[in-house]
Amino acid sequence: MFDTLTLAALPPEDEALRPQIRAFIASHVAGLPADRRARSWQGFDAAFSRALGQAGFLGLTLPRAYGGQERGPFARFVVVEELLSAGAPVAAHWIADRQSAPLILGYGTEEQRQSYIPRICRGEALFCIGMSEPGSGSDLASVRTRAERTDAGWRVNGQKIWTTNAMHSDYMIALLRTSGTSEDRHAGLSQLIIDLKAPGVAVRPIVDLTGDAHFAEVFFDNVELPADALIGREGEGWKQVTAELAFERSGPERIYSSVVLLDAWTRHLQAVGRRDADALTGRFMAEIATLRAMSIACTARLALGESPVVEASIVKDRGTTFEQDLPVAIGDDLAAHPDEPVSDELYRTLLYVTHIAPSFSLRGGTREILRGIIARGMGLR
Amino acid sequence: MDASELLEPFDRMLATIAMPAAVRAVESGGDASAMWSELAQSGFLDALVPEDAGGAGLSLAAIAPLIEAVGAHAVPLPVAETMVARALMAGAGVASPDGPIALATAGVPGQIVPCGLVATHVLVDTGDRLVLAPVDALAVAPTGVHHALSARIGWEGAPAGHVIARPEAGLRALAAVVRATLIAGAAHRLLTMTTRHANERVQFGKPIGRQQALQQNLAVMAEDAVAARIAAQLGCARGLDVSLAAAAVAKSTASSVAARLAGTAHAVHGAIGISEEFDLPLLTRRLHEWRLADGSEGYWNGVLGHARLADPAGSVDWVRAEVFAG
Repeated sequence: MFDTLTLAALPPEDEALRPQIRAFIASHVAGLPADRRARSWQGFDAAFSRALGQAGFLGLTLPRAYGGQERGPFARFVVVEELLSAGAPVAAHWIADRQSAPLILGYGTEEQRQSYIPRICRGEALFCIGMSEPGSGSDLASVRTRAERTDAGWRVNGQKIWTTNAMHSDYMIALLRTSGTSEDRHAGLSQLIIDLKAPGVAVRPIVDLTGDAHFAEVFFDNVELPADALIGREGEGWKQVTAELAFERSGPERIYSSVVLLDAWTRHLQAVGRRDADALTGRFMAEIATLRAMSIACTARLALGESPVVEASIVKDRGTTFEQDLPVAIGDDLAAHPDEPVSDELYRTLLYVTHIAPSFSLRGGTREILRGIIARGMGLR
Repeated sequence: MDASELLEPFDRMLATIAMPAAVRAVESGGDASAMWSELAQSGFLDALVPEDAGGAGLSLAAIAPLIEAVGAHAVPLPVAETMVARALMAGAGVASPDGPIALATAGVPGQIVPCGLVATHVLVDTGDRLVLAPVDALAVAPTGVHHALSARIGWEGAPAGHVIARPEAGLRALAAVVRATLIAGAAHRLLTMTTRHANERVQFGKPIGRQQALQQNLAVMAEDAVAARIAAQLGCARGLDVSLAAAAVAKSTASSVAARLAGTAHAVHGAIGISEEFDLPLLTRRLHEWRLADGSEGYWNGVLGHARLADPAGSVDWVRAEVFAG
């Protein structure tokens, strides 16, 4: 079972990108405190994303004809691994580079590709994904927000919620109902690109429990869209959405969300010279190494043009479990030494990651949904 | 020779000579010499021996699927250990004996060695050299654990036998990689057996595998099996010259999933799974034994953490350099 998830190596030509992206990160991110860097891929900095685009670090998997680097998933793995382990603020371009551009490349018309992908590669077109609604969370097939055909194109009415970075984004790729009702489940769903500056769109940020506002509510009140807002085929939205999942669920972002905290704690142990946490440190190293090998194995399947959705679910479930265990174990270790001072920076980082950690196994598919997908992949149900 | 071409005939041979009844017979004190002679005649025991010494010259990574098959079939003989020992002996220019060789990696007398009861020789790591000692020259005692083939191995003064050089990372690291690979093989077999059982066993009017509660646990079981295999592959990547860090990752991961995986397999099978005549315990007993052998997850985590904390690099950089390099 799952025999394709086997050890793979990063090609040397893609490893060769590492010194370049490290130098870039060092010159742009140095000096940010750990509790800021711990925001990981929730950290928003549009100027940083544009600079990455100018330096050729976006669109690594995309064709040169559309402004990409035409290098493939392994190159993207190397660059993303460096960005995340440094805690670089990558949120601005994250969704567009990871999912929206490959989606538009795969399903879009030539005009849509020309219109969006070069700007994504320059870090100038920022995307969010409109999936959840007040009545639709894990049960996405129940979406009610509707796009109706008009003479000129489409008219959208309804509401999305928990949309990451909607307030900073230029466009949303929304999963909308274009025919039937929520009783029809997967049938009648389509993906449309919505210009978030269009009249009738209202975006309201939602503040989270850490004080950040990274997600938002988005309201659509008779929003008129051109005919070419439809991406791919009408009624094929569900199929298109599920094809994205392998991109979304197998990457280093499902392993490294807590790694800035891990590094801050490790430096603390080294500074105070304490050696009673060797085994805990070693456990974390073993888990990172195993997960990294699993993520690279999934990347290798992507590089072969496959869509390893079940395997990606395995990486994400196991990876986010590790990401969530880490702050709990580190908190116990630090507080098991009550007479050992902990710096403000480490303490803030610990509590930030502790508080935000539940989101790791919610965003991009909940733990319970992923395990259901894995079970189905095993031939259960 | 391509290892994938080897797996099929090797697996077929194991399915023939190591049927559950044959495994049970050996575990009950029966004679394993016929099973061993089939293995010896097959030539697979020299898979890791260099070609110029008469072997197949394959790498540890290439034969990892074979070691997994040994684990999956619960073979009651130290097949993988003997492959490693024969390669080490051949590398030192020393001819190997014909019989099964177990690995003693603790350096002290009185250690528990898997398959010690069915070995003719034990390769002992004394800390500064390896000694291939015939069991006649050792004190070999059963552990008293029901149906276990492991033995308590001891000696007076120093173990006597052929002396060869000790690998840089020590025999324990190499044995840990082999053990992790055996765990991965048994884990995948258990996963298949347990999934099949969940699809066949009907309760409340439907297969129990349709219950979400079971599905969630079986999904974690699959993750554990995948993790054990890929961690073992990391350990095998550098061949017999194992990296201490990669060996530690392999055994830490495999050991830490072994107990949970065995637990889920039993939970899904219910009472029949803990009956002696059912095949499941042949595998779950081994998972627990292999978890404890050559250092548990706690031991290897300590080794890994000790090395990591001595280095100022970031965590991901350290893992890349120490576990993935080479």
